[in-house]
Amino acid sequence: MNNFEVGQELVAVSYHIDRSLLVAYANASGDQNPIHQNEEFAKSVGLPDVIAHGMLTMALAGRYVSDVAGGPDKVKEFFARFIKPVVVPAGSTVNLIISGKISAIENGTAKIDIQATCDDVKVLGMAKAVISLS
Amino acid sequence: MLDPDLVGRTFVGATSTLVTQEAITQFSRAIGEPNFEIAAPTFSISITLAESQVLLQESGLDWTRVVHGDQKFEIFRPIVAGDSLICSSTIETFRVVAGNEIVTVRSDLHSGAELVISSWSTLVVRA
Repeated sequence: MNNFEVGQELVAVSYHIDRSLLVAYANASGDQNPIHQNEEFAKSVGLPDVIAHGMLTMALAGRYVSDVAGGPDKVKEFFARFIKPVVVPAGSTVNLIISGKISAIENGTAKIDIQATCDDVKVLGMAKAVISLS
Repeated sequence: MLDPDLVGRTFVGATSTLVTQEAITQFSRAIGEPNFEIAAPTFSISITLAESQVLLQESGLDWTRVVHGDQKFEIFRPIVAGDSLICSSTIETFRVVAGNEIVTVRSDLHSGAELVISSWSTLVVRA
């Protein structure tokens, strides 16, 4: 099984976010809020442009944790605070960089502190997960 | 403004949600998760957020101005196709800070008597 050590840095992964992903996530999650698809509407409510669903960013972090843990069935707890929106302009691809560090190992589980940044700006705060090691 | 008297009350969804393989696959495929046999760790938000919306709108919150503050999941077992899930929602906390309404909703998803996932959504209505 996984031989994690406390303090171990996990390899960072880059995930690409573009408008087509926002549409796919909206359809998959049922969250059709127009701030995630309609530029005119997003700007009308004071946003700089269309923004990604916070839960999409968290879902990609969840994929990262699942990959680290050896499958989505290993993820037992998962928390994130949405501290900065991920702005997704039309025609461009935004790189979401996720990395992690093992912060504790106890009772057959490992805790992972997760970092998520876009253009070196943190977009998730206090993100962490507990994974099963068995 | 949310009715503060509703804090602590639990509302059980009137209907269960039957989880289809199609829904699990569509969610996992969207986020690039290669395993379609079980639901991705955050899949349950596709069930609970809509339930929270109904509850909070009926409780007086202006959903059109809601921003997601934070989210937590405790997963007791993964959701699989064929699960018939009942969502019970509890408004756990409500406070107003500098005019911002901050509400935390706990959503428990049960399959029969089995608690499958508990999740907490903190939602903010900005002043």
